[in-house]
Amino acid sequence: MSSFSADTPHSSSVMGRIFIYGILLIVAGYFLLPLLVMVFTSVKSMEEIRTGSLISIPTSITFDAWSKAWSSACTGVECSGLSGYFWNSVWLVTPTVSISTFLGALNGYVLTKWNFKGADVFFSMLLIGCFIPFQVILLPMARTLGFLGLAGTTTGLIMVHIIYGLAFTTLFFRNFYVSIPNELVRAAQIDGAGFFMIFWKIMLPLSIPIIVVSVIWQFTQIWNDFLFGVVFSAGESQPITVALNNLVNTSTGVKEYNVDMAAAIIAALPTLFVYVVAGKYFVRGLTAGAVKG
Amino acid sequence: MATVTLKKISKSYGDLEIVHGIDLDVKDDEFVVLLGPSGCGKSTTLRMVAGLEDITGGELKIGDRVVNDVAPKDRQIAMVFQNYALYPHMTVAQNMAFGLKLQRMPKTEIQQKVDEVSKILQLGPLLDRRPADLSGGQRQRVAMGRAMVRTPEVFLFDEPLSNLDAKLRTHMRLEIQRLHRQLKTTTLYVTHDQIEAMTLADRIVIMRDGYIEQIGSPKEVFDHPNNIFVATFIGSPAMNLIPMKTKNGMDGLTLESDSIQFPLPEKEGHQVQANMDVLVGIRPTDMNLAHKDDGIAPQWKFDAKVEVTELLGAEALLDLRIGGQEIMGQVEGKDMPELDANIQITFNTEALHIFDKASEKAIY
Repeated sequence: MSSFSADTPHSSSVMGRIFIYGILLIVAGYFLLPLLVMVFTSVKSMEEIRTGSLISIPTSITFDAWSKAWSSACTGVECSGLSGYFWNSVWLVTPTVSISTFLGALNGYVLTKWNFKGADVFFSMLLIGCFIPFQVILLPMARTLGFLGLAGTTTGLIMVHIIYGLAFTTLFFRNFYVSIPNELVRAAQIDGAGFFMIFWKIMLPLSIPIIVVSVIWQFTQIWNDFLFGVVFSAGESQPITVALNNLVNTSTGVKEYNVDMAAAIIAALPTLFVYVVAGKYFVRGLTAGAVKG
Repeated sequence: MATVTLKKISKSYGDLEIVHGIDLDVKDDEFVVLLGPSGCGKSTTLRMVAGLEDITGGELKIGDRVVNDVAPKDRQIAMVFQNYALYPHMTVAQNMAFGLKLQRMPKTEIQQKVDEVSKILQLGPLLDRRPADLSGGQRQRVAMGRAMVRTPEVFLFDEPLSNLDAKLRTHMRLEIQRLHRQLKTTTLYVTHDQIEAMTLADRIVIMRDGYIEQIGSPKEVFDHPNNIFVATFIGSPAMNLIPMKTKNGMDGLTLESDSIQFPLPEKEGHQVQANMDVLVGIRPTDMNLAHKDDGIAPQWKFDAKVEVTELLGAEALLDLRIGGQEIMGQVEGKDMPELDANIQITFNTEALHIFDKASEKAIY
């Protein structure tokens, strides 16, 4: 009797494990399948795609489609692949992510540690910014950029992304800094640190988890953005998402699925890379926040 | 070292005044404790002295210098916070050196100071650790070390011990006492714990609702409370307050209630008059069990019924009923009477307090 009752919870927990992992595997497979199809298709030749089925494993692997997508596929009349646009996106994302994250941190710092009159109203208004859809600001922003003489320039697009992202980054940092005790700032004040000294020496070093969150969020948002890119940039300066769209839509007779797939993967790789590198900080940063000290 | 002078200091947030023009002179080397329930303005007052809150009205002097508009770092003060407020990403040594670095003190000198202070506080083995790896008591010591390396004119403590457990609190209290004797630095210390106040202070400032209720040595505020608030706030268990009336008796004034009456013992300079509504205060520790042959006149003995007993070890607390009046008494543990026993109690007439019911002020 005693051995029975000792065994039961053990074996049932093993069954539970199997069940849980089984479900997880099925779900993971379900989500991985499209990616698998993309990867398979991108390394097949057009010959094989035409004759084989969509999900069949490639018989021979060729990276011709990848190199074509990168350097010679046509995006409209231009036929130089995605490489130029890839770097466009890099040059777009680097300043936008760093500036909007930095300003968000500064905003959060001021909103939580240097309370000023109307801070709450200011923060509420910023919050509304998080709920404004992209489409709503297209026209006013176009007018503004025109007024500033930045229409159709990379600088203009950078500005749009920074401003749009500020609401989110401020929210992240504000909520993170709320959990950092005010006494830390007071102690630093007594130690003789001023506004920016406290920001550099105390707040920023404590902000690593939320900086990671903000960078991932902004990076994905801006790298994957299509709408702002297509509206506020032109020709040579377009980001990779717009170029990808053009590449897929430009066809001269045959639709080159392998090139399309390779191009799509190239466009998605950087965000994937960021998640893999910083993903665990992302989860940690979203849940953590309390700095015990 | 320095004096701290508060002249009509007030603090308002918008229309709401929360500190109402308080006056306080802290002498050189003195240890002054601001004591009061939460929300009484004691922490706000301390933060105004530190320069972390703007002063709405009045004048604040540290030494001979008016510092109302002087930045915290230039006030020659150091502060220890309730939650320690150590910089989590810095080691103990870096925490202590941070302020000195900002003063652009030479590295060797910083090193020297940190070593000196860490010797006094026995922080040597902890210098390379981070706050997260320290216990509460250790963090507290580091926080004090960070204050001490600045060699300030005035130490400000904001409830420094309330995050510690009881045993550690007693230990750190002694430590603070020892440090004060050693360093002789003027100290302002905020707490809501009367034991901390009684044991540490040269003088206690008791605050309520943004006013100072009384300033005095621990003995003064305990033996001669100015008013009902101070009388009940200081001392544990709290003072008994019995509503009574004064009457003109045959030989002088008497105090009467439905259940008790006794003559008013003579005392110089009291303001008790006939036909007043008063509250008579007796501390539980000033009550004694009466015996048949103790020579005390029968008018000073009162019949009481024991309703609850609490043995604390050396002492015992008694909930007594005298007529309709409930009274708390404290006796030695070995003398603790039985539950429901009928006993006679008496009290130390020299420890009698009388307060005017209307003004709540001491009149005896």
